[in-house]
Amino acid sequence: MSAWRAAVRRPLGALCLGWLGLVVLACAGADLLAPYDPQEQDLASVYSGPTWAHWLGTDQLGRDVLSRVLHGGQVSLLVVGQALVAYLVLGCAAGVLAGYRRGLLDRVVLRVSDLALAMPTVVILLVVLAIRPHDESAAMITLGVLSAAGLARVVRASTAAVRDEPFVAAARVAGLTTPLVLGRHVLPSVVGPVISLVALVAGSALLVEASLGFLGLGVQPPEPSWGGLIAEASQAIYRQPWLLVPSGGVVALTAIACAVLGDVLRDAADDRTSREPLSWQRMRTRVVRRAGAPADGAAVLSVRGLSVRLADGTTVVDDVGFDLHPGTALGLVGESGCGKTMTVSAVLRLLPPGAVVEAAEVRFAGRDLLALDERGMAGVRGGGIGYLAQDPVASLDPLFTVGDQLREAVRHHHRGATGAEVRRRVVELLEDVRLPDPAGVQAKYPHELSGGMAQRVAIARALAGEPAVLVADEPTTALDVTVQAGILDLLRELRERTGMALVLVTHDWGVVADTCDAAVVMYAGQVVERTDVRRVFAEPRHPYTAALLAADPNAAEPGARLPVLPGSVPAPGHWPRGCRFAPRCAFATADCARPVPVTDEPLHGSYRCVHPRSGTTTGAGR
Amino acid sequence: MLRLVGGRLLWSVPLLVVLSALTFLLAWLTPGDAARVVLGTNTDPAAYAQVRSQLGLDRSLPEQYGAWLAGAVRGDLGRSLFTGEPVSAIVDSRLAVSLSLLVLSALVIAVVGVALGLFGALRGGVPGRLLDGMSVVAMSVPTPWLGLVLVLVFAVELAWFPVTGYVPVAQSPGGWALALALPVVCLAAGGVAVIAKQVRGAVVEVLGRPCVRALRANGLPARRIIGRHVARNAALPVVSVFGVVLIGLLGGSVVVEQLFALPGLGQLAVTAAAQHDLPVLQGVVLCFTVLVVVVNLLVDLVTGWLDPRVVAR
Repeated sequence: MSAWRAAVRRPLGALCLGWLGLVVLACAGADLLAPYDPQEQDLASVYSGPTWAHWLGTDQLGRDVLSRVLHGGQVSLLVVGQALVAYLVLGCAAGVLAGYRRGLLDRVVLRVSDLALAMPTVVILLVVLAIRPHDESAAMITLGVLSAAGLARVVRASTAAVRDEPFVAAARVAGLTTPLVLGRHVLPSVVGPVISLVALVAGSALLVEASLGFLGLGVQPPEPSWGGLIAEASQAIYRQPWLLVPSGGVVALTAIACAVLGDVLRDAADDRTSREPLSWQRMRTRVVRRAGAPADGAAVLSVRGLSVRLADGTTVVDDVGFDLHPGTALGLVGESGCGKTMTVSAVLRLLPPGAVVEAAEVRFAGRDLLALDERGMAGVRGGGIGYLAQDPVASLDPLFTVGDQLREAVRHHHRGATGAEVRRRVVELLEDVRLPDPAGVQAKYPHELSGGMAQRVAIARALAGEPAVLVADEPTTALDVTVQAGILDLLRELRERTGMALVLVTHDWGVVADTCDAAVVMYAGQVVERTDVRRVFAEPRHPYTAALLAADPNAAEPGARLPVLPGSVPAPGHWPRGCRFAPRCAFATADCARPVPVTDEPLHGSYRCVHPRSGTTTGAGR
Repeated sequence: MLRLVGGRLLWSVPLLVVLSALTFLLAWLTPGDAARVVLGTNTDPAAYAQVRSQLGLDRSLPEQYGAWLAGAVRGDLGRSLFTGEPVSAIVDSRLAVSLSLLVLSALVIAVVGVALGLFGALRGGVPGRLLDGMSVVAMSVPTPWLGLVLVLVFAVELAWFPVTGYVPVAQSPGGWALALALPVVCLAAGGVAVIAKQVRGAVVEVLGRPCVRALRANGLPARRIIGRHVARNAALPVVSVFGVVLIGLLGGSVVVEQLFALPGLGQLAVTAAAQHDLPVLQGVVLCFTVLVVVVNLLVDLVTGWLDPRVVAR
């Protein structure tokens, strides 16, 4: 019952539970609590507003409204309870059986629930009430039965999911009987979503009850019910509009409490935190400029002092700087979780919502990117700096054809191009990325493409703006090994032909060796080494670079044991104060516990280490 | 696409049959029968037997149902137990009122709900949260109560609209619009809230997808990303919820027509239920079920048009 605890712990959930508890208790104890008999007439004080004697006023016969609300609640809550019992019993039973047994039973339950969901519910209730006049129990139980279809589907899906869990399969094999497996393993897992649904259905059942009462089809007057009170208020709408307040108020507040509680319980079951929901506004990455080293004027892309702070306050990139020279390729290397993707996303300002970039300089082709707003950055993206995402299929819109999406990109980057020119350019792009049959590919939807084809389409789209820099974020990670080489060959070829510069995010040294001119090695949000590609293999200075190279399977000697890098990258927020690699470093000493300054090596680059290696490491066999 | 529509239409046949059979079964299971309703206080056994055979109640249940079904296929839904008028004629005379109310409400829900949801998804922050709160309230207010408050404020106090009644559009389009204004607001309020919430959730979900990030990375302007890609992707879940909301409107229309004295199918159903006039009630059920089938078909068509993967399946 952790969902309950989670709901109580949230102020909104506790408030709703409190109100519902209060209403149920007050109505249950109406015989004791109500100040008057609900039928007691006092013709001397009809249509009284709220007074000390009558807290919620009196109606057309001088009956006390508070007493009628409390006694009416007994009727209304009782029939809502009956609807919920029918809903729960039928929905859970049908759902568990269908999800657990499957086969014919499953198909029958699905079909029947299809039918039930397509019925005009309220009209069916009218039929029931025509046959059993004023029998609200019958009507509300019918409502519960008809609504149960929705619950059955949810329970069925959860049950089917749990059924396939290894521990449930093991319990079955171990000889536990079906009821035991269901009771002990399946039911607990569906409790969360079920109580959330029950709360939501309770709210709508209450509203249906109010409608039936209003239509005069519910319990027979003078017996009070909440819906009946609304009907009575409607007859006195000119004489005493106040009567609308208590009658509608109690129903609305109780229904609101049910709806909010349902939402809170669902969020608790999904383990969703109550943080700010996403919005387009929040997707714009904020920038803060700070003092730091000046940019390199010769570089096409120059970054200084770049840090990234996520919405939850953790810093994931810390004071990163690098230069990309025109026409060259830069490899951004490191294990997962070192901040490589965050770094390139920060340059393009495509960080997760709520993240903040702090930087001294981000300069592209002489332009100060930190000074640009979102609209200005949109002008740089695609046309100035192209971007290639990790997962090519997910980066294409599933609802539009390849041709549609490429024409859209070309049209955007070539304002005023005629339709024929756009179509010609799209064919050119598809030929450039070596996709055979451009016409056939254009007619396809993304889900009809293989990963390799999708990445070629994504490359074609990135090239549509003829960017001076292409940022490729692990462009082959999501692809089959067999097509990886083809994509990398294509990137190399395109770079040579178009002269664009390339930033390649990777953890594959083979890719760096084959494609890049320079390497930037990142560890735990920092740049630990920056050098040219020949030197990084021959003389890695930072022990992390050396260890990564030693663990590279490309360079491993056949038959020899591949050295592995022990431990793992510390999570953001848990970085050591001194050298962040020290806990995993074979050469760490007491000096490493202090913050490590960057050491510049003129003409070669820089490293961040107090015990640099001197070029005689293993794994540098290229 | 044709197969999709064909399959759906085929599926609607059992829905119609099952629902009408269900109403028959319910009527048959209940003690007392239509003959007593017709006779009222007359308890003469001879008259009772005569009316029973007139109404066909002395036949077996499958026979009765078969006779009704055979009639229904030809457009004959029997006669009202009270007025003796043909049910099809009664239903026919009231369809225009209900359709006016339902179609206008659906339009209001679509336009206002989508606009509010989009606003919440794009702006977020305080306006977004305010919208969330308002939609919970709008969903939880009892429909009859909302109608009474609307009448009190806009018809009685401000006198902008007539309190109740209906004016056919052919008679006076202005009067028609004025008469329907408050009922439409009352009926649409809950649906607007549901759709606004759905639109916001769907748009926010799509905004978080990698393909939106890729479009931004390609430099496309916000207007184009949202208007073309986000809109179409987010429309998919919204359209199916919209279908559910429309079916819910049928139930709401029963209350709203009664409250505002609109002579539509919902009001007919309430009267028939109060008078135990089962043939009329069955006619309304059938009519509403056909509307449900049409709505579901439209939802499927729009989904298929929006999503190429559905047709391929």
